[in-house]
Parts: sequence; C-alpha cells; structure tokens
Amino acid sequence: MAAFLVFPSYLPLGSQILATILFALSADLVLGYAGIVTLGHAAFFGTGAYTSGILAVNGWGEPISGLLAGALAAAVIGVVSGFLVLRTSGLTLLMQTLVVATLLHEAANRASSITGGDDGLQGMQMWPIFGVFRFDLFGRTAYIYCLVVLFLCWWLARRIVHSPFGRSLTGIRENVLRMHAIGAPVMRRRLVIYTISAALAGLAGGLIAQTTAFVGLGFLSLDRSGTVLIMLIIGGVGRLYGAFIGVPLYMIAQDRFSEVAPVYWYFWIGLLMVLVVAFARGGIFGLVGRLRR
Amino acid sequence: MSEAARGAMLETRGLCKSFGALQVANSIDFRLERGARHALIGPNGAGKTSFVNLVTGALTPSAGQVLIGGAEVTDLPQSERIKRGLARTFQVTALFRRLTALENVTLAIAEREGVADDLFWPSGRHQRVIEEAYVLLESLDLADDALRPVNTLAYGRQRLIEIAVALGLAPKVLLLDEPAAGVPSSETGLVAGIVERLPPDIAVLIIDHDMDLVFRLARRITVMVQGSVLVEGPPEVIAADPEVRQVYLGERQRR
Repeated sequence: MAAFLVFPSYLPLGSQILATILFALSADLVLGYAGIVTLGHAAFFGTGAYTSGILAVNGWGEPISGLLAGALAAAVIGVVSGFLVLRTSGLTLLMQTLVVATLLHEAANRASSITGGDDGLQGMQMWPIFGVFRFDLFGRTAYIYCLVVLFLCWWLARRIVHSPFGRSLTGIRENVLRMHAIGAPVMRRRLVIYTISAALAGLAGGLIAQTTAFVGLGFLSLDRSGTVLIMLIIGGVGRLYGAFIGVPLYMIAQDRFSEVAPVYWYFWIGLLMVLVVAFARGGIFGLVGRLRR
Repeated sequence: MSEAARGAMLETRGLCKSFGALQVANSIDFRLERGARHALIGPNGAGKTSFVNLVTGALTPSAGQVLIGGAEVTDLPQSERIKRGLARTFQVTALFRRLTALENVTLAIAEREGVADDLFWPSGRHQRVIEEAYVLLESLDLADDALRPVNTLAYGRQRLIEIAVALGLAPKVLLLDEPAAGVPSSETGLVAGIVERLPPDIAVLIIDHDMDLVFRLARRITVMVQGSVLVEGPPEVIAADPEVRQVYLGERQRR
C-alpha cells in the first residue's frame, strides 16, 4: 500500500513484485512446510500465465475468471504431475519436478500457433475488473488488483499453515518415517498441498500475464524455478513471510543493479546467497528474529 | 470381539521372510496376550527388527499370517494396522525434532482422532486434542518439557517422548524397539519406569539387548536366532536354558 503512495512511477514493478511474492509464497508451502524440494515450480506459474493469456488473446479478457482458469489449469497439472513425482523423494524428486517443467516448456515451444512460441504471447485485451476498473497506463488498477489477490492468497496460506493439516505437513518435513508410523496418509497430504501450491503459483502467473499483457517461454523456464527459490531462501524458508522480504529485495536490487551494471549484478546476488547460507540460515527473516531475541 | 477375548492381541502364524538366500524370518509362530510384558531378544542379525517390520507392515512376508486382535491384517497397509491399535517406537529416536514435545504428541493424537485432515480451521480449535497430549505428557512426568523443542532435550528425555508419541495413538499393542538404546546406563531406570507404569491392558513387546532391562520388565521372553524362535518362556527358565546361555548370553559375556 505504501508503495502506491510513495513511488507512483514504480507501480508496474510493484505489481510484478506482488505477483512474484505470491509465486514465492506458493513455493514456500511445498518447500518450507511439506519439505518437497522442487526445481519445477515454474511449470505451474507458466501454466497459469499461458492459460490466462491465451484466454485474453482469444477474446475472453474478463480478468477474474481468466485468473481462476489459470489457477485451475495449474492445479490440474499439479495433481497429475504430483501423483507421479511425489512417490519419490530427494534428488529423484528434484529431477522429476525439473522434467515436468521442461516438458511443458518444450510443449509451449512446439505449440507456437497457440502460445506464440519464442516470440511469446502478445495482443491481450483485458476487460475492466468487475466491468468497472480499467487497467490504466500507470498501472494503478493492476497494482491494487495484485495486492488484493496476494492478500487473499496469503490469508488462505496462513489458514492452511496453522491448521492441523498444516501441522501434519510440518511433521512430514521433520520426520516422514514417524508420520507413517503414526498412521498419517503421507502421500495424500503431500499431493493436496502440492496441488494447492500449484494453484497459487498459477494465480501468480496469471496475474503477471494479465498485468504485463505478455507471456513468454521464460515463464516455464528452469531459470524462473530457480530464481523463486533464491528469493525465498534470501527471505527465509518455511515462515510464510520470507517471500515478502526476499522477493522485493531481490527484484528491487535487480532493477537498480541492472541499470548500473547489467552483467555484474549476478555477482552481488551470488554473494548475498553465500552470506545468507553461511551466516543467516533461515534467511533475513530468520536473522531478524534471532537478533530480536 | 470373541477372538480378542481369547487373549491374543497380536499373533503371527508361520511367518516367513527371506531376502534372496538370507532367511530373516523362518516360520515364526508368536502370540502376544492382552496385558503382556513380553521381550524379544537375540544376537545381532537374529531378525528381531525384521520381525517388527513384518508385524507393522513395513515388510511383506513371503508366507504366513499376521493377526491383530484376532483379525487377519497380513494384506493391510501400515496405516490400517495402526488404526487397529498397533503402535511402535524406533531404535533410533524418530521424533519431529524441531517441534515441541507437546506438538510431537499432538500430531499422533490428531492422526488418531482424524482431525489432521482439517485444512482450514486453526489447530487451537481442537482444544481436546492438545489437552489430551498435555495430560499424557503429565502422566509420564514430562510436563516440564512439554513446550521445549525436542532437539533441545537430553537424549534420555527424547527416548521417553519417543514412547509418549506412540502412546498418543492409544495402542492396544505397543512394540518398543530398544527403548533404552543410546541412553546412559544411569538413566535406563527412567525408561524402565515408564514401561512399568503403562496401562496394564496394553500388550507390550520389548525388543532389546539390555539384559537388565529385559529381566526387569518382561514376564515372558522369546529368544530368536537366525530368523527362528529358539525358545520361549518365563525369564527364570530363559536365564537357566543352556542353549540360550550358549548362543546369546555366552556370546554377550565374551564381548
């Protein structure tokens, strides 16, 4: 909200940050709570983005239903791929999530008549939200739209994390052997959270597609899956608020540094990663928590 | 119910399991009565842990049957057997390390009560579950540690919480896999104390090497060697059995 008043010229970046926070939040649900290490979360982000985008390009520009369609499509990919990959764990699981995202990436590349292939998906016409609020040139509507969706999803994620189901996910992360031994349906629980997380990632992708009016193959890339993990680790994994710190920090730094030193900036983000892993396990949020104690 | 009334809470009939040429269970007939305090002993590699895994469903037998409360469970998965009252602890402490003792026990009770699928309402609404967990810890003299993360507790205390988590499932049959493993000998008494105070109608099977513990707790002992039951009987008979002395107690003294 503050950014809305203070930095009006940064609103488009602000919207992207909000949507990316949602993406990181969805990754935190599987990585931080259920302990499912994934390198393919962009599969769901991209599926949501392409679904919302393709609808808008083909004459259905109603934002809310387009967004929900994106979430639904991502959830379907989540439940189907989760059913297959969640049977494994560790490195095998990591590779399989990567494979799912790569398959989708290649599928989007091949289906260029629908997705625009390398050129990306262009020419979206978004209708006003509720038929009233137009997406303006300055990105005010887009910013508030993203803010509202993020808030609702954050509220939902918070409910889930603090529910008995959420506690049982923490149990699965801490000791899956013991969860089996107390009779928990581990596979089902993991599949449920994986699907919910996929839906939220789909919403995030849909938001970016709708507010930037562009979807490209990069939305499904390994780079996208990896970057969201980096942002999450910088902010702090498994605490729901890590995304709110790591994502803005990363994206604002990227925005600033890429003007000053476009190539060099990865050095600084790399250095930051090394410092976080070496001295601030639990990310910046974890560090703040420790200093206050 | 009539089956259960006859007494056998846990029974195996002709249980066999082999990994290739290695036979880890060779036609094991075993009965655990209601309220039993039974110990399973045997040298390393005798197949004690494999037996536990066959009973809990972690391993599938090559032949034979497993019955809980008189009903056959041989083809049922682990979770179904737990619902029928089978609980176990682990030789190497298997706790939710960064969670508090109270949370550890609460997770078990939440699974038993079926509230763990609730994905929307705060955990705090299930007050009954949390209260039950606290009462359980209190009954084991662990209330002081209830709010501490278990990885900050001494190993001896962790072994007690290991048992508390299993008790959270309100078991009819409790398998204790080396309950005092890794605990300094000065503290094994604490573990024994908890086992002695377990509700009398629970059937308890203790798998252990520690002869002092076994002879203190068990009213019946089964000796396993190379996947087979060598002999079964009350402690004084086992202690006097020349064959047992040779293969097991003798071997232990030699070390």
